[in-house]
Amino acid sequence: MRAAPYLLCVPALVLFAGVVIVPLSMTVLLSFHDWGQYKGIEPVFILKNWHEVLSDSYFHEMFARTFRVAFFVTLLAALFGAPEAYILNRMRSPWRGIFLLVILGPLLISVVARTLGWALLFGGNSGLVNKALMGMGLISAPLPFMFTEVGVVVALTHVLMPYMVLAVWASLQRLDPQVENAAVALGAGPFTVLRRIVLPQVMPGILSGAVIVFALAASAFATPAIIGGRRLKVASTLAYDEFLNTLNWPLGAAVAVLLLLALIAVIWGANRLVERRYAQVFA
Amino acid sequence: MSRNGPIALTYHVLFVSFMLAPILVVCFVAFTPEGYLSFPTDRWSLRWFYAIAQYPEFISAFWRSLWLGAISSAIAVGISVPAALAIARYRFPGREAMTALFMSPLMIPHLVLGIAFLRFFTQIGLGGTFTGLVLSHIVVVIPFALRLTLASAVGLDRSIEHAAVSLGASESVVLRRITLPLVLPGLVSGWALAFINSFDEVTMTVFIAAPGTETLPVRMFLYIQDNIDPLVTSVSACVIAITVAALLVLDRAFGLERLLIGRSAGHGR
Amino acid sequence: MAFLELEKLTRSFGAHNAVDGLTLGVEKGEFVALLGPSGCGKTTTLQMIAGFVEPTSGAIRLGGKDLLAIKPAKRGLGIVFQSYALFPHMTVAENVAFGLEMQGVAAAERRTRVAETLELVGLGAFGARFPRQMSGGQQQRVALARALVIRPQVLLLDEPLSNLDAKLREGMQIELRQIQRTVGTTTILVTHDQAEAMALSDRIVVMNQGKAEQIGPPHEAYERPATPFVANFLGKTNLVNGATVRPERISFAESGLAGTVRTRIFQGNHWLYQVDTASGLVTVIRQNTGEAMPGEGDAVHLGWEGRA
Ligand SMILES: Nc1ncnc2c1ncn2[C@@H]1O[C@H](COP(=O)(O)OP(=O)(O)OP(=O)(O)O)[C@@H](O)[C@H]1O
Ligand SMILES: [Mg+2]
Repeated sequence: MRAAPYLLCVPALVLFAGVVIVPLSMTVLLSFHDWGQYKGIEPVFILKNWHEVLSDSYFHEMFARTFRVAFFVTLLAALFGAPEAYILNRMRSPWRGIFLLVILGPLLISVVARTLGWALLFGGNSGLVNKALMGMGLISAPLPFMFTEVGVVVALTHVLMPYMVLAVWASLQRLDPQVENAAVALGAGPFTVLRRIVLPQVMPGILSGAVIVFALAASAFATPAIIGGRRLKVASTLAYDEFLNTLNWPLGAAVAVLLLLALIAVIWGANRLVERRYAQVFA
Repeated sequence: MSRNGPIALTYHVLFVSFMLAPILVVCFVAFTPEGYLSFPTDRWSLRWFYAIAQYPEFISAFWRSLWLGAISSAIAVGISVPAALAIARYRFPGREAMTALFMSPLMIPHLVLGIAFLRFFTQIGLGGTFTGLVLSHIVVVIPFALRLTLASAVGLDRSIEHAAVSLGASESVVLRRITLPLVLPGLVSGWALAFINSFDEVTMTVFIAAPGTETLPVRMFLYIQDNIDPLVTSVSACVIAITVAALLVLDRAFGLERLLIGRSAGHGR
Repeated sequence: MAFLELEKLTRSFGAHNAVDGLTLGVEKGEFVALLGPSGCGKTTTLQMIAGFVEPTSGAIRLGGKDLLAIKPAKRGLGIVFQSYALFPHMTVAENVAFGLEMQGVAAAERRTRVAETLELVGLGAFGARFPRQMSGGQQQRVALARALVIRPQVLLLDEPLSNLDAKLREGMQIELRQIQRTVGTTTILVTHDQAEAMALSDRIVVMNQGKAEQIGPPHEAYERPATPFVANFLGKTNLVNGATVRPERISFAESGLAGTVRTRIFQGNHWLYQVDTASGLVTVIRQNTGEAMPGEGDAVHLGWEGRA
């Protein structure tokens, strides 16, 4: 009887041990191996790749760009996604469901197809976005979006926005609607209700959404690869190049492992923050 | 009760336009009659949809993606069910750690998984094989399968099974007549969500797919890397149409919100 | 020898004894209520009889045979769960037929027995419905029908009425008692509602922390509680100079214990008084007969039978 739960978990455990833990360990190990143009991968234990990744300014710049993009994507998603989730939550019945589907649906549509849409919208000087912006008189000359950080940030924000809406939406569902009414009954105006009653309660949702969006933005591949192209490298596209073009696997592995470690640190830190500051809300 | 004011509604319209714009653009451009990227203005044409037929690699990639998604999701559900029962029913040392482990592919960047699998599969001789793809896709979709099977296992009132036992049902009868029918909606929705995620996966697969085993998103990605032309928009439009159709069916059947948030199916009051 | 016997039944969870040396004999056809506060071990006791929880020690015998040696599926007991535990994917008729199917009863007989039992609980017309299309009270009756149709040797009811509103609960209590009288099944009811236990059962078992504090007919336990716990649990009591006195036994008199009315509450068919006396606060319940009664602040004297 004691063993029953373990026996039930055996298939999953075998899979994870064999196909997750072993490959990940091998990758960590790989990042310590040596590589040469002609000799290929040499299974030795050296710090060369790590030293290169940590000291070379090219990698510094590339990691800085990766996290800068992730930061702005997270900021934009929170700034625009949270109000939308709130508006959605106040909608009446058929519309609520319909628009929830419209906004969350893209999550399940191929990232490649969605990014292609942005490539078409940005598309050089004649792109629709520039036409629209110039039509509104906001800009006089076309802005470059393709192969720029701004373009990557906009497209990634679109790709990851549903996660933010979903997280805030979930936290809004836990909110007691009567609490808002109680505040109104006590004489609070709509803005005060929003700032003093609603926002503090959905903050954990925004933060957990932010963690997800940040993690996914920092490790996103297809979107920066298509919008950023070969010129604008982030950590993931760089690792891809090392693996499939340069064939310097150990260096690529070091980049990937470093990215993983940085993300684990960010997620862990954010979770600590959320738990400490909002423990009372969760309890 | 409370409704949205005009400012909120304007914001909402802009937001929805932002969310839909790139998707609609792809679908529009796919109908262009021209040989280059442009919007169909006075005339619509299906020429780029017919053109897909000339590119067998898209067709074969599509079927491969379909099979890959179906098989890996089915196996993922098969592995998830016993694990979900164990996690939902028992309190045992290591329970939390195991749950975290099984959900971890959600948090490990697919880039890292792709690299890890590339290394691993080349070492053990599975590099570029369909078996390798299946194994790797099982791993990335297991959290989705597990989340929904777990929700329905947790939502299952234990006393319903006890009621069946007290009426004389044997263990296998309880499993067949009571437990499985009750968790079935969870299994099906778990499979469906897993399938969609497998069907769309590109970041990890791009590392491990070889020319003979490319999935549809990988084929599309590699094509776009070379050049963007109306052909890839018509392929994308097809993918979008299929996904939207699946989405509508899923929403009808289970409710998209529940699928994505993974709330319990709850049979109790 | 009783029909169903629990002997020194004990179940511990870690260091804590959920049920602690419970001994009880239930006669054939008898209706016994297990009564006690939340967490006193009622459900655990019932689950041990049903076979879903194994006793740490002690014995359970049914008709002289060791029940613990029999698998839960073979015990032939009818159980109504607190949550009803209806099979949500089966119709009402299929729910009720399930137990018969397990016994291998032929389809034709199954149909008549299901129809009969549904008729008995007043749901003759509802066989084709699904549980979720029915009200709480109706679901409860389906659960009862499902348990009764297999003609169980013993019927076990775990707080079957606790999910119903007060009015429906009262109606169901009367029905439950009638049905039990009609079929004559030995029944054990678990409840924490003392009024329900007293209204329905031939005998009550007042439990506290896994132990039986008193076993006996309801009026006996009420009038002659064996312990202060039982006295308190079965209704309002006053402890005056070391003696327990029920509030409705105290009347306003010419002489007796002197006091002042602190509060007076009208409760429809009776008045509820709190009176300050030299021996502390005393609760008094007086029938409302339409006569004028003392008001708040009035000086009164309290008297009761057996008071020297
Ligand atoms: N599986 C278990 N593990 C640990 N302790 C348990 C378990 N089941 C019951 N207990 C403990 O045993 C005691 C008795 O529980 P039981 O469910 O029998 O109470 P009860 O009288 O039915 O209460 P209630 O009126 O709330 O239903 C409680 O203190 C409970 O916490
Ligand atoms: Mg109980």
